[in-house]
Amino acid sequence: MAERSIVEAINDCFHVELERDASVMVMGEDVGRAGGVFRATAGLRDRFGPDRCFDTPLAEAGILGAAVGLCMAGWRPVCEMQYDAFSYPCLDQLITHVGRYRWRTGGKMEFPIVVRMPYGGGVRAPELHDDSPETYYVHTPGVKVAIPSTPADAKGLLAAAIRDPDPVVILEPKLHYRTAKGEVPEGEHIVPLGKARLAREGDDVSLVAYGSMVAVCEAVADALDDVSVEVLDIRSLKPLDEEALLATAAKTGRVVIVQEAPRTCGFAAELAAILAEKAMLDLRGPVLRVTGYDVPYPYWQIEDAYMPSPERVVAAVRRLLEF
Amino acid sequence: MAQVLPAERDLRRVIGDVDGAGDREVEGVGEQQLLDIYRSLVRLRTYDERSVVYHRQGRIGTYAIYWNHEAMQAGAFHALDDEDWIFPSYRESAIGLLRGMPAETVLSWWRGHPAGWWNPEDYRLASICVPIATHVPHAAGLAWGKKLKGERACAIAFFGDGATSEGAFHEGANFAGVTGAPLILFCNNNGWAISTPVEAQTRAQTLADKAVGYGIPGLRVDGTDVLACYEATREAVTRARAGEGPTFIEAVSYRTAPHATADDPSAYIDLERVEQEKKRECVGRFEGYLTRAGILHPDLVASIRAEAADEMREGIKKAEAEPAADIELLFSNALVDPPASFGSDLDELRGTLG
Repeated sequence: MAERSIVEAINDCFHVELERDASVMVMGEDVGRAGGVFRATAGLRDRFGPDRCFDTPLAEAGILGAAVGLCMAGWRPVCEMQYDAFSYPCLDQLITHVGRYRWRTGGKMEFPIVVRMPYGGGVRAPELHDDSPETYYVHTPGVKVAIPSTPADAKGLLAAAIRDPDPVVILEPKLHYRTAKGEVPEGEHIVPLGKARLAREGDDVSLVAYGSMVAVCEAVADALDDVSVEVLDIRSLKPLDEEALLATAAKTGRVVIVQEAPRTCGFAAELAAILAEKAMLDLRGPVLRVTGYDVPYPYWQIEDAYMPSPERVVAAVRRLLEF
Repeated sequence: MAQVLPAERDLRRVIGDVDGAGDREVEGVGEQQLLDIYRSLVRLRTYDERSVVYHRQGRIGTYAIYWNHEAMQAGAFHALDDEDWIFPSYRESAIGLLRGMPAETVLSWWRGHPAGWWNPEDYRLASICVPIATHVPHAAGLAWGKKLKGERACAIAFFGDGATSEGAFHEGANFAGVTGAPLILFCNNNGWAISTPVEAQTRAQTLADKAVGYGIPGLRVDGTDVLACYEATREAVTRARAGEGPTFIEAVSYRTAPHATADDPSAYIDLERVEQEKKRECVGRFEGYLTRAGILHPDLVASIRAEAADEMREGIKKAEAEPAADIELLFSNALVDPPASFGSDLDELRGTLG
């Protein structure tokens, strides 16, 4: 196995999957000639041609709308949205068509579309390069959502999404695109949707997160000598590995959910609701959330104050242990 | 770079009853094809008129009336081959009849029943698009995707004048232009988007002018002249198959019926104009043309109308005989691979329903 960064693992996945299946194509803004603004699609245009790694006009709704028609013509399009907050125009197509079209055909037609995008803050970028929009996607019926935190999962979940017969949205933690490195299996590698990953085993408290917040939770686990911390990486938000969530709650009885997105109706609220419905007798204290705030993502001079920090997570852990 | 062509602003006509030009013939169209087109017009007209009645009788739900739009639909349809894909808006809800879709399927759609959902591949007919213009990029993607696979098929997207104000129209038309997709953008300009007149949609003098911005030809036809619609679409299909990319067709008419059964246009429309337009409605105009050419006679008209009426009688009977939809369909079909929660939700629902 080779040590790769997240963005290298994604690129590796594309090379493997486009080689394996001639109906897979990549489309998006700057994905071809430039190889993507983060170089996730580097080398694909040269290797597979400009039609299978296609530089689209600047039109996020048009990209996803065209992908619907491409599916009808037998293609498996993988659409890149250049940044999290630039994906909002494509929500029109996602909500009105992508999540509904199979249902509309009485289950007769498949729409194996992948939408992927870098997401999240902490990269000192201008406005609207920093959002965590996962809730909009998770809330849309008919689509699946995954968010990897490691290079191996970035490759494996993308491969699973490309092969999945249903539409899948993948958000990639851009903060860790190049800084997170890890062993990535060579060749075909699949991480099935619907399975969480136990990142750390522990006994006293469970930290539950996905994407870039997994690293924050792991930092907390490292920093707390006197507390045995378990870290559950959700990684597949929909379908959700409810079993793994309930198992960690049953084991430690204390759950803190960490989410970068604004608090209200965020994915942490869904996880907390599941625990309230199904794990009440296992819990030794309230389910706590450490999240972004209900404010527009700030200018980067103060973005560190917005992002859930290890210190805020530690404070929540202490509060819960003292409950 | 694509050549920038000024749009053709004069309305093309074949039926010569309104401008004194006299009737023309469309090259290569024989008597049998003319009668086929007429039969399609009558079937669509009958579907529409019966649907309004069925709605009033409470047998179908809210219905988008297309009375006097049949010439656009039948004209364009007959210029297509069987392999070509059609992307309808709700205004073309019954165009599938011309592809062999049973009337009960369309009626079931308007009855909100699952028997109204079809597999687009069966008829090369996409689902009825309810939101405005969002199917234009689908048609562009399908057409481009077929071209990439080396297939011969082209696509046609039907949309209204109001749709040209939508971002989705622009993104789809532009995408098709850039990719050279074999696509016909067929704009049904009936002058009204519910209550908003076309003058309030755009400052462009004609909608066909918009084609210039996409580097594609734009032309205008009389939307109640079925042969003009046919001829223009045939030209566009020829261009598409020759690899020359998309064409924008603006078919101009005046809406003579309410937007839908839930609409009362007397609040906003010019009722005198409506009465004038009804006198030159598209089925009657074509009947006049065929009669002047000696092709149509009253007995034939009567038998074609009777066939169409039978089709509808049979269709509504079958639609109403469909068994009630099972609630399991709430959870079926959205995903190939549904989550476990769908099963437990259904069990719980069945439990509460007893």
